[in-house]
Amino acid sequence: MIDFARNVRLWFEPQHISEEGATPDYRFSLANERTFLAWLRTALALIGGGFAVDQFLPDLRWGVRVGLALALLAAGVLCSLRAVNHWVRCERAMRRGEDLPVSRFPALLSIAVAIVAVAMVVVVLAGWEG
Amino acid sequence: MGRVTGPPAQDRDPGLQPERTRLAWRRTTLSSTVAAVLAAKAALHGGVQVEGVVICALCCALWLSFLAVAHHRIRTLAAGGIPPALTPRHAGMAVLCTVAVAVCAAVLVY
Repeated sequence: MIDFARNVRLWFEPQHISEEGATPDYRFSLANERTFLAWLRTALALIGGGFAVDQFLPDLRWGVRVGLALALLAAGVLCSLRAVNHWVRCERAMRRGEDLPVSRFPALLSIAVAIVAVAMVVVVLAGWEG
Repeated sequence: MGRVTGPPAQDRDPGLQPERTRLAWRRTTLSSTVAAVLAAKAALHGGVQVEGVVICALCCALWLSFLAVAHHRIRTLAAGGIPPALTPRHAGMAVLCTVAVAVCAAVLVY
């Protein structure tokens, strides 16, 4: 948690990053930036999915629809915050010449997406039968 | 004599890293445009109401500020030479816009 607070400070005070260690090869920084953008697109897709569930599944019960939409939106928010946090950590690790940080976030996100997908299948099948 | 020499190595990376990064920003602005269009549709779905119009305007403003961040970065990358690394302030701004759109969406859904 303290680590996270320090990272948040770094987002807005870039000079602290460039004071540490040595500047890495710019290509590594650009690769890190592209990874950050890919995660940001994932977050935007999740947010778009939240809008889509709310808009295009009007037959669902209110609770299920809102629950599913809010779950997708929350996943999008988490994903984007994690994207910038991971980017800062990677950037700093590269400057210090340390190993890149490992993360269980991709596994957690894929499990969450799988659960949402299964929920959708159940909802569609239930709607079909009834 | 007569041999065409390529530009100096630092002017053009053989792996086209700056170009790839620039296109990644383009793809991301496209994603944010899709999200903004869905937001506008959701906001104005149940007829024109004050709340819907305010949220729609807010989402448009967020989309424009995301576009501004992306445009700034794309211009830096297109300038040639060794591009400076993305600053945390820009990364934070891009994420802030994304999170704010999600908050607008949560308000709309609820």
